[in-house]
Formats: sequence, structure tokens, C-alpha cells
Amino acid sequence: MKKALSLMLALVMVLALAACGGGTQPATTTQQPDSGSASTSTGSGTSTASASASGAFKFGASGPLTGDAAIYGKAVMNAAQIAVDEINAKGGIQIEFNPQDDEADGEKAVNAYNTLMDWGMQVMVGPVTTGSAIAASAVAYNDRTFCLTPSASSTDVTANKDNMFQLCFTDPNQGTGSADYIAANMAGHKIAVIYRNDDAYSQGIRDTFVKEAAAKGLQVVYEGTFTKDTQTDFSVQLGKAQSEGADLLYLPIYYQPASVILQQAKSMNYAPIFFGVDGMDGILTMEGFDTSLAEGVMLLTPFAADADNDMTKAFVAEYQKRYGETPNQFAADGYDVVYVLYNALTASGCTPDMSSAEICEKLIAEIQKTTYNGLTGENMTWSANGEVSKMPTAVVIKDGVYVSA
Amino acid sequence: MKNLKPHTRRNLITFIGLAVVWIVVTVLRGQGVLGRSASGLLVPICCYVVMALSLNLTVGIMGELSLGHAGFMGIGAFTGIIVSQSLMRAVPSVPLRLIAAMLVGAVFAGIFGFLIGIPVLRLRGDYLAIVTLAFGEIIKELITCLLVGVDEHGLHIIFNYKGLKGVEDLHLSETGQVIIKGAQGATGTQPIATFNAGMILIFLTLFIILNVIYSRTGRAIMAIRDNRIAAESVGIEITRHKMIAFVMSAAMAGAAGALYGLNYSNLVAAKFDFNTSILVLVFVVLGGLGNMRGSIIAAVLLYVLPEALRSMHDYRMLIYAVVLIAVMLATNSPIAQSFFARFRFGRKGGDEE
Amino acid sequence: MEFLSYLISGISLGSVYAIIALGYTMVYGIAKMLNFAHGDVIMVGGYISFCGMMYLGLNGWVALLLAMAVCTVLGIIVEGLAYRPLRQATSLAVLITAIGVSYLLQNTALLVWGATPKVYQSLIPLTDASGAPNALRLMGGRLSISYMSLLTMAACIIIMVGLTLFTSRSKMGKAMRACSEDKDAARLMGINVNTTISVTFAIGSALAAVAGVLLCSFNPTLMPTTGSMPGIRAFTAAVFGGIGSIPGAFLGGLLIGVIEAMAKAYISTQLANSVVFAVLIVVLLVRPAGLLGKYVPEKV
Repeated sequence: MKKALSLMLALVMVLALAACGGGTQPATTTQQPDSGSASTSTGSGTSTASASASGAFKFGASGPLTGDAAIYGKAVMNAAQIAVDEINAKGGIQIEFNPQDDEADGEKAVNAYNTLMDWGMQVMVGPVTTGSAIAASAVAYNDRTFCLTPSASSTDVTANKDNMFQLCFTDPNQGTGSADYIAANMAGHKIAVIYRNDDAYSQGIRDTFVKEAAAKGLQVVYEGTFTKDTQTDFSVQLGKAQSEGADLLYLPIYYQPASVILQQAKSMNYAPIFFGVDGMDGILTMEGFDTSLAEGVMLLTPFAADADNDMTKAFVAEYQKRYGETPNQFAADGYDVVYVLYNALTASGCTPDMSSAEICEKLIAEIQKTTYNGLTGENMTWSANGEVSKMPTAVVIKDGVYVSA
Repeated sequence: MKNLKPHTRRNLITFIGLAVVWIVVTVLRGQGVLGRSASGLLVPICCYVVMALSLNLTVGIMGELSLGHAGFMGIGAFTGIIVSQSLMRAVPSVPLRLIAAMLVGAVFAGIFGFLIGIPVLRLRGDYLAIVTLAFGEIIKELITCLLVGVDEHGLHIIFNYKGLKGVEDLHLSETGQVIIKGAQGATGTQPIATFNAGMILIFLTLFIILNVIYSRTGRAIMAIRDNRIAAESVGIEITRHKMIAFVMSAAMAGAAGALYGLNYSNLVAAKFDFNTSILVLVFVVLGGLGNMRGSIIAAVLLYVLPEALRSMHDYRMLIYAVVLIAVMLATNSPIAQSFFARFRFGRKGGDEE
Repeated sequence: MEFLSYLISGISLGSVYAIIALGYTMVYGIAKMLNFAHGDVIMVGGYISFCGMMYLGLNGWVALLLAMAVCTVLGIIVEGLAYRPLRQATSLAVLITAIGVSYLLQNTALLVWGATPKVYQSLIPLTDASGAPNALRLMGGRLSISYMSLLTMAACIIIMVGLTLFTSRSKMGKAMRACSEDKDAARLMGINVNTTISVTFAIGSALAAVAGVLLCSFNPTLMPTTGSMPGIRAFTAAVFGGIGSIPGAFLGGLLIGVIEAMAKAYISTQLANSVVFAVLIVVLLVRPAGLLGKYVPEKV
């Protein structure tokens, strides 16, 4: 019985492996001796992406589509799909888009990346989350695949990798930006920080914020942390912040825990100024959220879904039509990434029959010359180290909408 | 072949099968037949196979449910990364560094296994299970608090349990390098793990486990599993034997973790949570308790399954769940068993465990 | 004063854990299985009542009843399809099946309700019409206990007493205890074991729905993974108090909530989880069968 079963299992296993690896690999490809471990050093230039015959660029994307962080991946993929469809509808350059799930996990991100390379990916949108982006970009660097991540904001994502660019603000950028803004406009407040210490994004911003706050002479009276496992209850952290007399609460966190904090602070009758970062965007559009709770919340964000410009309006309308939700900042980032890549590909004269490595070199040069106006900022430019330069704008929530502060 | 004991023959077949797989995969990769995604899966598969084997020692052979096995993997992974990164200059040879990392990872995980085993092995059943879960989660959180850097003066370590310190508090010199940044995990690790190292580790693990099982110690451990009181009454030292199995299991998980950690340039402690422990437990149970060959096959299959289902997009994990339930029902429910039993005519059921 | 308010927030959080743990421990006591899918039933309960309120315009309490009804049916179906065929199998096989069910529920929820979190409206509004917090104020307003917390604590006590009475007095409750002691003997006494276990699952799942509503009233973001961590917490709580014991689950839940709050307040917010687990380990070393669990000596 067991023998029969194990034989059967073994058979399925071989089939599965074959299905996983079969077919898509072009015969001409020179396989790196250890591409699985990506140990060989810089840019040996072994291109693995095949030239696409159909005359369309192959855009691969990886982000969390299941699990805790699914909301970010889904938002990026949905919006990127809109951008791709718009571009394809124009005629001219066509794009094939292939989103893959990486569960916000470095290991799965490398798997997703490899799957995409088998498919023939030429340019990568993503990975969406920081940990995944660091893990996959190391492999992409060796392969020379150009990546533009919509939202992986740590500086480690781009460090020492010339093929990796970001569309979002870096964490230090946000931390210093917020501290500078507070020092300039709201100095003299007692500041409490609540951040998630098992999350790279949150901790990264907190580190630079505290450093810059000290340099600017701001008074941080309390720092509270939470983890993924304890993000259901903040009454203790809020109680401490309140008893320390903090009247400005800095929240370098995503909007779901922030909504819990707002609600619990309200029920404790604690009303400091809440100051968030771009991860806070989306709080107003959560289904069922009582927007009066967010009254007076300030945040630095590059995108506001109700901004009064045609591009944003058209995008938001389309997104709502397709997915029945209001897009958040991640969606806007995803949309912009596709357009930045499209513009750069057109401008540098890339054609769909080029290999991913050729495209990579062209795009690295091209993106540093690019100036882009999109949903998430005007006059975006990129430096050689992969960082984007765009202005964060401080907004304050009044009557359920963003108004500039 | 015929003269060998049944279990020796069985194990020999397992080893030969493994060697064949090793050769076939190597040849396929050399020919470029194996795609990138399949090649990319090889190292993690090796790690999970070793994890499954080592957990089978605890769950299958020792008979105690452990829900914190990923914790040992985490210890191994992070010590392995520290060793490899800090020896970067001193030992330029990659294979040597990999071996050192796996050894140190195994030793550290073994030490923790011993320390944790002291309280854990006094408990039984579901109480033991929850305590292993608790240790697994504690290990994960403690690693999240670690800040580690290296420079020419040696290692700098801060235990940042209040969350108030940053990388600059490590006071590294100009040439220093940060290895672990708390929640952001180990970034910038040089990935040096290879498939060959993984296969060697599988062979070693299997060899050690099988040798232990058929040794005096192994028989004692299984005697304790089958009837603790009877075992005690014939003079078997319960705690000592359980501890041997538990520490071995932890050390092997540590080695697997080191290999795993050195396969990615970024690794966060949150990876080694309860869900990873459960994942490995599923491999073990599905492969059959105490059945090492089953563990290997189940680990490979179940790891490949979600990757093979990528074309299903949104339904991927749903199908995975359905397959998991279906397989458990098919292999364990009496109706299905009697159905399968019909196909057993003319077959000797002799060498089953 | 601060200490008291931390204590109260710990107790109200602990009450939610306790309600989940009561469902957990019931199922464990009778079916002798660790139902890892219990946390996900909580999530389903939360979503159902959310949909009831948002899309059907139901009153919060009616939505709660709806969620209880749906979860009860869900519990019976899951038990019948996934667990009943494994009645004779090893406990590990059932455990893995439960994990499969947990993945199944989570991913179904992801497909049905999407990844974007829903914000749950608390059963009792946070603030009254004038905008003041809906809370009981004590000691001149320095200490405030929200009515939601009071409701949770009351619900927890009522459920605990109700379950204790049910298992000790009612016919079905006695049948449950009989099944828990010895299934074969119970069958010989004319008890329908399968029905009894189904009823246990039904009750456990209905409690999960209640817990889901209360949990979401405290932690208003509802996602497909909302139930998994509270599920583990409840498992911890049930073991803490002695798994299978109803008062034990109650006590374990409360203690876990209080320890978590105190650890956050006085030790380290980021090690709160570790402190809870460390206390659990110490308790189990002193009392290997949990606080109120019976230590059953092995027969030779």
C-alpha cells in the first residue's frame, strides 16, 4: 500500500518538476552553472529571456496576491493591468503582462522571478514588498534584468544594484521628510512614535525619523512598538503616549493598524495630532471606515485619490469600474511604473525582440534622463543609485477628503 | 541484495534513488533542460527535505508533536549568515565558508535544542506541542530584536528589545558591515548555497538518522514512543534518549536553516514562524510518520505543488488546500483505505513499517 | 490608575480570547482534536456579520444572529465532510486536515471578499450622539471603561456559565461528557457519537461567530487572515487553563489578555508575545496539565 502510494507520489513529483521546468526554456540559452543559487559574481551577462516573437514586450510582475499583504500586491497588479490595457489599446507597442504571487516572502519572490524568466520576462514591475524586492533583485542583478519597483521603499532594495529602481519614496526620505516638516511647522510638540518593529518599512522610517528629529531638536517622549501578532490592541501604547503628555503621534505604519489606533484613541478620549506617512493613504477608502475618525490626520503622501486632475480622475474612475474599489497609493504606483517603463522603452528605442539584458542596459541609461509626470508626482527623476526624486506633499484630512496642509 | 536485511535493502534503495535523482537533475541542468524556476527551487527543496527528515525524527520516531521546528531553522539560518558574512575576508573559499556556516548553524541549533529540550521533554502530548510552538515564536521575536554587525574588531551585537536602538548604535568602523538589522533581517548576504551542498546535506542527514534508528539508541527511542512505561520498566533512560533525538533533530534543522539562509540575499526572522513549522509538519505527516523516504517525497511534492499551480493564479492556494484535505482523507479514511486495499492482490505486504 | 486602565484593557482583550478558547476547548474535549480551523471560522463570522450590516442593512444584533447561524452550518458541514471520515485516524492526520480546512477558508475568503480590509462597525458605537466616548467613567473620569469592554466581559461570563451548566445538566451535555471520557462505552450506552460531535462543532462554531463579532468590534480591520493569530492565542489560552476544561479556558483567556497588556506596559511592547509564551512555559512546567486541567496518571 505505502509502496504503491510512494511510487505514485514519485511519479507525480517527476511530472510536476517537468511541468515546472519544461518547454519554456529556449534551447540556445547558456545556463549559468549555479543560477539556482546566483552565486557567481557581477554581470556575467548570461541572458535568459527569449526574444518574444509576438512583437509584444513581456512585463513580469511579482507581489503578494495571497496572505497578509495581499492588498498591496493586488492593488499594484490591478492598476498595472489598467495601464497595460490602455497602452495596448493605443496600438503601437504592445505589452504582455504576467503578475505572479510571491506572498511577500523572499523565497517565493525568487521562485516567482524565476518563473517569470522562464516565461521570457523582459522587464520587471516590482517586486512590491521590500523583503521580496531585496531577495529577487539580487538574482535580477546577476541576470541583468531591469526592475522598477512600485513600492519597495528600503534603501537596501537598490543598494549596489544598478538595475534596480524605485518609484516610491525611500524610507529615509520619508523619515527625514516628516521630521523636517514637523520641525518647520509644528515644533514644540511632544512627539510619540508607534511603529511596527517586525516590518522593514515601518522600522526603516522610524530609524531615520528619530535620527532627524534629534538633529532638529524635536522632543520624542515615547516610542511604542507592535508586531504582526500584536496589532489588534494598542490601548497600552496609546495610554503610555497619553500619560507622557504626547500631543503629536507619529505613525510610520500602514493604514490598517492606523485605523485601529484611531478608533482606540477615540474611545480613550485621546486626541493628539496624528501624523502619518504614505502607507497611511488608503485609510479613507476602506469599506466601512468612519471617516470622522480620521478628521485632522496629517500625512505625507504622493497620491490622493480625490486629487483634482484629469489623470487621477480618469484612473480612479477606471479602477472603480473594474474592481469596485477606490485605488490607494500602491495602485497609483503600479500604474505609474508601467507608464515609466513604457516611456523609457519607447524613448530608448527598445524593440520586443531584444533580450532582457540588452533592454536592461538601455533602460538604466534612459531612466536617468527621464522626467515623468504621473499620478504620484510631477517631474519625477531618477538618480543612478535607483532613487526617485519627487516631492512628498503634506495633506490633512478634512471632512473625509485630503486638503493640502 | 537478497541477503540483506529488509530494512537495509529498503534504505539502500532510498539512497540509490536519491543518487539517481541527483545525477539526473545535474545532467538535466547541464543540458539546460531544466528551466530557471525548476533550478531555483532545488536549494529550498533540499532545505525542506532536511527539515522534514529531522522533524520526522521528533514526530515519527520519538512520537512527540513539535510545532516549533522552524525556530531551529531560524537559529541555524541567522548563525549561518553571521558566520558566512563575518568570515568573508578570512576565508575566501566559498565551499569552506558554506561548510563552516552549516556546522556552526547546526551546533547553535543543537545547543538551543538542548536548552529548550530540558523543559519541553518533561511534558507530554498537546502540552508539549504548545510549548514547542511557544519556543518557536519566542525565538522568532528574539531574532527580530537583534542588531549584528561586523568590522575588523570583530562582531558587534545589540539586543534591541525596547526598539529604541538603530544600526548606528553598533558603532561599526568605516569598513564595517551590518549583517542583521532587526526587523529588516539579514540583508546583503552573499548567496552561496548550492544544490550540491543541499544534496550532500540530505545524504548526511538521512545517513545519520537511519543509523540512529537502527542503533540501540534508536530502538530505545522507539520503545519509549510505543510504550513509555514498559520502556522505563526495562531500564531505558527516558529523558536521555528523548534528548538525544530532540537535539539531533534541532541540529539538522539548524544546518538546513544555514543552507536556506545563505540561498537568499535577504532573510527576515518572520519567515520562521508558526506557519513554516506547520508546513514542514504537513510534509512529515503526509509522507508517513517514521517513514523517511515518504518524508522526502512528500516534501518535494508539496513544495513543488504551489509552484506548479502558478498558472491557476488566484485559485492556486485554494487548490493546494483542497489537495491537502483530499490526500489526508484518501490516505486515512477507512472507506478510501478499503478502496485502495482492493488493488493489493498478489503483493507481499512484508516490508511495510 | 494607569495600572488599572492597563488591567481593564487586558481583561477586555482577554475576554475575547476566552470566548474563542471556550469554543476551542469544547471541541478538543469531546472530539480530542486540535481544530486549527477554529480561528478561520471566527473570520467567517466577522465577514458574515459585516455583510449583514453593510449590504443587508441589518441591525448589529441581527447580523450577529445571522453570523451565528451561518457559522453553525459551516461548522457542521466541515465536521461532516472533513473530520468525520477521519474519526478512526491518528490525531495528527486530523490536525493536518484541520490545517487544510484553515487554508481553504482563508483562501475562499480572499476570493469572495478580496484582500482589502473591511472596517467593522463596533456593536456599540464608539461615541454617543454628542461625541463623547461611550464609556463608563469612574473615579472622576480618570478611569474609563468602554461599554464595548463591559459587554465583552459580560458575554464571556454568560457563555462560560452557560456552557458549564449545559455540559453538566442537559442530556446532550452529559452525552458530550460521556463521549469525551470513552467513545466506545458511550456508543454502547446508546449515545449517537457522531451526532454529539456534530452538535459540539455547531456550538463551537456559533461561539466562534460571537467571538468574531466581538473581536472585530475591538480590532475593526477585517481581512482573510484576521482569525489566524487569535486562533493561536486561543489555543494557547485553552492549554494554559488546561485543555478540555471550560473554566480553564475562561481563566486562561483572561490571564493571557492581562499578561499581554502588562508585558506591553511594563516590559517591552515588542516582546509582549514572547512574555506571554514564556509565562505559559513556566506554568506548564509547574502544572503540566495547565492551571485547571486534570492530571491523568497513566494506567499500566
